[in-house]
Amino acid sequence: MSENTSPTYNYRVVRQFSIMTVVWGIVGMLVGCIIAAQLFWPDLTYGIEFLTYGRLRPLHTNAVIFAFGGCALMATSLYVVQRTCQAPLISNGLAAFVFWGWQLVIVLAAVSLPMGWTSGKEYAELEWPIDILIAVVWVAYAILFFGTIMKRKSQHIYVANWFYGAFILTVAILHIVNSAAVPVSMTKSYSAYAGAIDAMVQWWYGHNAVGFFLTAGFLGMMYYFIPKQAERPVYSYRLSIVHFWALIAIYMWAGPHHLHYTALPNWAQSLGMVFSLILLAPSWGGMINGIMTLSGAWHKLRTDPILKFLIVSLSFYGMSTFEGPMMSIKTVNALSHYTDWTIGHVHSGALGWVAFVSIGAMYYLIPKVFGRKNMVNIGLINIHFWISTIGVVLYIAAMWIAGVMQGLMWRAVNEDGTLTYSFVESVQATYPYYAIRLLGGVLFLAGMFIMAYNTYKTIQAGPDADTGKEG
Amino acid sequence: MSDFWSWWVIIIVAINIFGCWALLYWTRRIKSQSGLDNETTGHVYDGIEEYNNPLPRWWLNMFYITLVFSIGYLILYPGLGNFAGTLGWTQEKQHSEEVEVASQTYQPLFDKYKNVPIAELAKVKQATEMGKRIFVNTCFGCHGSDARGNPGYPNLTDKDWLWGGSPEQVKHSIVNGRVGVMPPFGASLTAEQIDQLVNYVGKLSGNKVDETKAATGKATFDTQCFACHGADGKGNIALGAPNLTDNIWLYGGSRTSIADTIRNGRTGEMPAHQDILGEAKSHLVSAYVYSLSNE
Repeated sequence: MSENTSPTYNYRVVRQFSIMTVVWGIVGMLVGCIIAAQLFWPDLTYGIEFLTYGRLRPLHTNAVIFAFGGCALMATSLYVVQRTCQAPLISNGLAAFVFWGWQLVIVLAAVSLPMGWTSGKEYAELEWPIDILIAVVWVAYAILFFGTIMKRKSQHIYVANWFYGAFILTVAILHIVNSAAVPVSMTKSYSAYAGAIDAMVQWWYGHNAVGFFLTAGFLGMMYYFIPKQAERPVYSYRLSIVHFWALIAIYMWAGPHHLHYTALPNWAQSLGMVFSLILLAPSWGGMINGIMTLSGAWHKLRTDPILKFLIVSLSFYGMSTFEGPMMSIKTVNALSHYTDWTIGHVHSGALGWVAFVSIGAMYYLIPKVFGRKNMVNIGLINIHFWISTIGVVLYIAAMWIAGVMQGLMWRAVNEDGTLTYSFVESVQATYPYYAIRLLGGVLFLAGMFIMAYNTYKTIQAGPDADTGKEG
Repeated sequence: MSDFWSWWVIIIVAINIFGCWALLYWTRRIKSQSGLDNETTGHVYDGIEEYNNPLPRWWLNMFYITLVFSIGYLILYPGLGNFAGTLGWTQEKQHSEEVEVASQTYQPLFDKYKNVPIAELAKVKQATEMGKRIFVNTCFGCHGSDARGNPGYPNLTDKDWLWGGSPEQVKHSIVNGRVGVMPPFGASLTAEQIDQLVNYVGKLSGNKVDETKAATGKATFDTQCFACHGADGKGNIALGAPNLTDNIWLYGGSRTSIADTIRNGRTGEMPAHQDILGEAKSHLVSAYVYSLSNE
């Protein structure tokens, strides 16, 4: 049925966002590798101020989350919403505005962060003029997405779109509330909030950026591309209902676990911890629904590298959503907080889950929107899969060991109660793990270059002879 | 928190926790239309169908356990607005209890050495090791982990002492702190006079200088500098005025640095550690510092 209507779909914006997903993935991960190398070779960039760790680190996080992740989400959501609603985007002009607006935001970030213009809020560093641009582009994106939903030909709304919708709506609210600031110049502003309240607003934003940008959005992606690639029905409709509503309700509370044992009132800390624990089941609901969709088609996992990416992403998702609630427990957090364990946790989610599911989805999507059935080189996808898997495992294992070691060293005391180690000794002990982490990161980046090559070759090869037959 | 906000928090928490419960209860009861396994919902989206398998039992139980745990936790610990929890736990209380336990455990060790004279203590290995551990976690920021100092922060391993190196003087520096001020002379002396002084001061430490300039510089020194640094330039520990004849330079010994010191003055502050370390620990750090130059 959809074959007949597909020519009217707007694939142009999907193609644009898909290609930029690969490009920004390389840029963001390259910057990540540079800062990982700076931790090993502190003088790597000769003290050039624009390339110092403090300025490149927010560039790395913004590039991988909002440029790589954002483009992947926009590419897939705008594809999925059209396909599952059997309706073209409501406006091609608006779609172009969203694409170019978002690219402008990314370029402005890439300039302003190395210049040192920052509001100092983690994952929300961009200064107020860029924040306003983000809000405008985001609202346009929301109109485009929800407008298309409203024009749908199907009676019901597919589960992937619930997740995409929750992601779009909530990120708008999070961004606008947390970025509220008093400008003093074009490049400087002060937060509208003060003290512990500012910290709480920041981590309400920060953790929900994880919950809605990096989780809900990518679950939407998972709900379309896994059943598509596996050619199996989704495991359980009712499981998707219960884990959707529980996930979006409970995530809102988890922020305070970033502020354990601080000036934040005790009651808020407790609620952050309690709801983080409750979050385990709703999170795993998505993992179960994705992995169990494969029942009856497990054999495909042996031969299909795209399915490998998608299913392994869910394994990492399950692992890091178990690790997260565990780290939110106050006594565990007392050990893990401020150590590299947190960095390991974030990357098991960001590389293992977000990047893997995006890469898998892109390998499905890119050929489709360029009129092909498959990528030209399936073997390279397989190589990409293995090199990335090794990279992630090296990365997170190194950071786990380093983090637990740091936590133990910082709290170790002698028989007289004095600290056994000075801080610099813990830095020195972390050194070998920084090298392993760098190696893991470089492997992951290498995988992205393979993907870029494969993408280039696929586009160059042009559409299949019997183009348009694939649904 | 006012009663209104307290109830606000309690009610929303309750809605979320019991809302999860209601959601599970309701979705579990959704009947499949024909009662057959492996039937789909009938919806098809772009070729994707949906089964309506029951919620996995183990997953459901895990969900219930976390909900029960959260209710239990919120009864025991603070969380529900102004309700403090039946255990009366706060992080402040936890901290003071841990500090209390620690001081009961460790204080006897420190007290053991409290009345031993520093010069004697400096020969006791356990004592200097304890002192060193406190030093590397408290004093390293300025004096370095090896106590060899940094520009503006004295090296504690040589025999040069700004405020005196006797056990009592060392301990006084640690417990009460010190402030050493070199006033600026940029307004009262000409650039030429400062240059002459630089040469004279260099000569005092036995460096190669312009002898004529140094000779004129001496005249200025004898009127302007002798009050603190002494006529012979050997300094004054009562004021923390450095000895200028030993070629040890707190703020750098280059001509530029010395000229800068004379022109703009210097202020060096060692903060008082009475409240930070307390008597017993200060005593041990004193012994460690003393031992560095009195082995």
